[in-house]
Amino acid sequence: MIEARGLSKHFQDKKRGEIRAVDNISFNCQPGKIYGLLGANGAGKTTTLRMLATILEPTDGTAIVCGYDVVDHPEKVRANVGFLSTATALYPRLTSQEMVEYFGRLNGLDEATLKKRVDDIFNRLDMNGFRDRRCDKLSTGMKQKTSIARTLVHDPPVMIFDEPTGGLDVMTARTITAFIRECRDSGKTVIFSTHIMSEVERLCDTIGIIQNGKLLAEGTLAQLRDKYSERDLEEIFVKIVTPHYVIAEAN
Amino acid sequence: MSIRNVGIVYRKELTEALRDRRTLISTILVPLLLFPVLSVGFGSIAVALVGKAKEETPKVMLRGGQDSPAVVEGLKKLDRIEIVPETSNWKDEIINKEIRAAVEIPAGFQTDVARQKSEIVNIYNYEGELKSEFAADKIEKYMKDYRDKVVNERLAAKGLPETVLKPFEVKRENVAPPEKVSGAAFGGIIGYMVILLCMTGAMYPAMDLTAGEKERGTIETILSSPISRMHLVLGKFFLVLTAALGTAALSVLSMGVSFSVLSHYTGQTADGRAAAAGFILKLGPKTVISVFLMALPVAVLFSATLMTIALFAKTYKEAQSYLTPMTFVVIIPAIAAMLPGVELTPKLALIPILNVSLLCKELVTGTYHWNFIAIIFSSTCVYAAAALFLAIKMFQRESVLFRS
Repeated sequence: MIEARGLSKHFQDKKRGEIRAVDNISFNCQPGKIYGLLGANGAGKTTTLRMLATILEPTDGTAIVCGYDVVDHPEKVRANVGFLSTATALYPRLTSQEMVEYFGRLNGLDEATLKKRVDDIFNRLDMNGFRDRRCDKLSTGMKQKTSIARTLVHDPPVMIFDEPTGGLDVMTARTITAFIRECRDSGKTVIFSTHIMSEVERLCDTIGIIQNGKLLAEGTLAQLRDKYSERDLEEIFVKIVTPHYVIAEAN
Repeated sequence: MSIRNVGIVYRKELTEALRDRRTLISTILVPLLLFPVLSVGFGSIAVALVGKAKEETPKVMLRGGQDSPAVVEGLKKLDRIEIVPETSNWKDEIINKEIRAAVEIPAGFQTDVARQKSEIVNIYNYEGELKSEFAADKIEKYMKDYRDKVVNERLAAKGLPETVLKPFEVKRENVAPPEKVSGAAFGGIIGYMVILLCMTGAMYPAMDLTAGEKERGTIETILSSPISRMHLVLGKFFLVLTAALGTAALSVLSMGVSFSVLSHYTGQTADGRAAAAGFILKLGPKTVISVFLMALPVAVLFSATLMTIALFAKTYKEAQSYLTPMTFVVIIPAIAAMLPGVELTPKLALIPILNVSLLCKELVTGTYHWNFIAIIFSSTCVYAAAALFLAIKMFQRESVLFRS
C-alpha cells in the first residue's frame, strides 16, 4: 500500500523564487484498489508520483510504500514499485526482450527466474512476434507493451502510472487501461495520474483532485457527486479547481 | 549485489555501444584508420611530391657573368638545371614560379677571384617554395665547390697542404642506444597521442550515456529501477573508461603497424618516419605497460570529468558544445610537454595532463624517475578520484538530472 504523509516538494526558480510544486499532500492507496490523481497540467501530479517512485526526494513529509519510507529506503521502495509514464522511454538499441531482461536483472532476479518471468509476460502480452526486434524499430503499441513488460518483470505489489495514455491512440490507450485493471484485479496497489475525466470514471476506486500542489478533494466518485451535487465529473472538477486556478493565474 | 549491478549496467551499455554506429566510428574505426591515412597516405603523397619536385629541371636565370666564361660554362653544364637569359622582371618571374631562382655573377668576377679580391655571388629564390629551394641549393653547391677548388689551387701554388685551413676535425658521436635516440625524438608524440586519444575516445560515450539518455527519455526509466545512482554512474563510467583506453590502445597499435608498413616501403632509409617505425616497434612490453599504467588515471579523470559536464546538458548537441572546448584544455598542456627543453620538475609534476605527458616522454626513452612517477601517479589518482566523486554527486542532484 501507499501512504503519503504531508508530502511536499519545493523548487527554486531564479525568476519566480520558491515554487511549491507539491504542498503538504496526504492520502492512502490500498491494495486491490485504483487511486486516481486528477489534475490540470502543472497541478503537481507528476511530481507527486515521482516522489512516490523515489525519482525525486521530498522537501518535506514522506511516504510509506510497501512498508518502506521513500526518504530512508528509496532502493527498497523502487524494488516494490512498477513505474510507467509517457516519459519512461525504452533503450532504442536494445531488443524488446533485452530491455525487459535488463530491468529484471536490476531488480535482482536470478537467470532462471528471469527467463521464466520473461516467457510468461511475453506470452501473456502476445509479444513473441517482436521480442528480438530493437526498440527503435517497434510501433507505438509494441513499445507500450514492452514498457508494461518492463514494469511487470519483477512482479511489484505497487504500480504507479503517470499519465500513461497521454499521446496514445485509442487502441494503444485501451491496452494500457486494460492492464491497469488487471493490476488491480491481481491485488496490486495502483495509483495513476491523468487529466482525462472518462478514464477516472471508468477506472478509479478513489479520486484525488489536485491543483497548485494541494490535494483539494478526495473520495469515491459517488462521494464526490454527493458532496458537490453534480453528476458529471468534469463539472465537479471545475467546481473544485476553479477558485484555485484563478488564484494561480493571478499569481 | 552492488558489484553485480555495476556489471549489469556495464554490460547493457557495452551492448548498446557496440550497436551504435557513431560510437563504433569514434572509438574503433577512426583510431584504426587515422594513422594509416595520416602516415602511409600523406607520407606517400609527400614522398611522391618531393620526388617529383627533385626530378623537375628548374629554370635558373643567370644575371651578369659575361666576363666570367668559366663559371658560366660550369653552371650551364650542371645536371638538371636550365639556365635562361636575363630579363628585367626576374623577381616577379621567381614569385610567379615562371623561373625557380636567379644567380647574380658580379662584373669582373673571374678576374677579381684571380686577383684574390673577395666578391659576393647572390642567389635569389622563393623561400619556403620547395622547387625554388632545390634550384637554389644546386647553384649554391656548385658555387661552394668552385670556391673550394680555387682555395685548393691557391694552397697548391704556395706549396701548402690542405691542413693549413683545416688543422683539425671536429666529430660528434652519439653514445645513447638507438631506442633512446628515437625515443627522445618521438617519445613526446606517444604521450600526446595516448592522452589526446583517451579524451576523444571517452567523449562520444560520455555524451551518449548522459545527455543522450536525457534526450531519449530513458533517464526516468532507469531511475525508477532499484539500482542505486552510485552503481548506475559506475556502470556507465566503466564503459566510458573502456572506450577511452580502447581508443588509445587501438591508436598506438595502428600507429606501430602504419609506421612499420611505411618503413618497409621506404626501404629502411634514415627517413624520419622509418626511424619512428623502428622506435615504435622497439617499444618493449615494459614501456607499453608503464605508459598505459600512467594513462589509466588520466583516462579515469577524462571519463569522469566528461560525464559530469555532459550530464548538465539536456541534449546531445548541447553536450557537444560544452565538451568541444575541453579538447583545447587537454591539447595545450599535452603539446606544451612536447616543446623542446620542457622537463619534469616537482611543480610541473603536479599539473594534470602536462605531468603525464612529460613522464611518458621519459618512460619511452627507458628513463624511470621513481620519485616523479610516484608523485604523478598519486596526484593524477587524486584528481581522477575527485572527478569521479563529483560525477557521482552530480548524478544525485535532481536539479542536474531534471534540468528544465
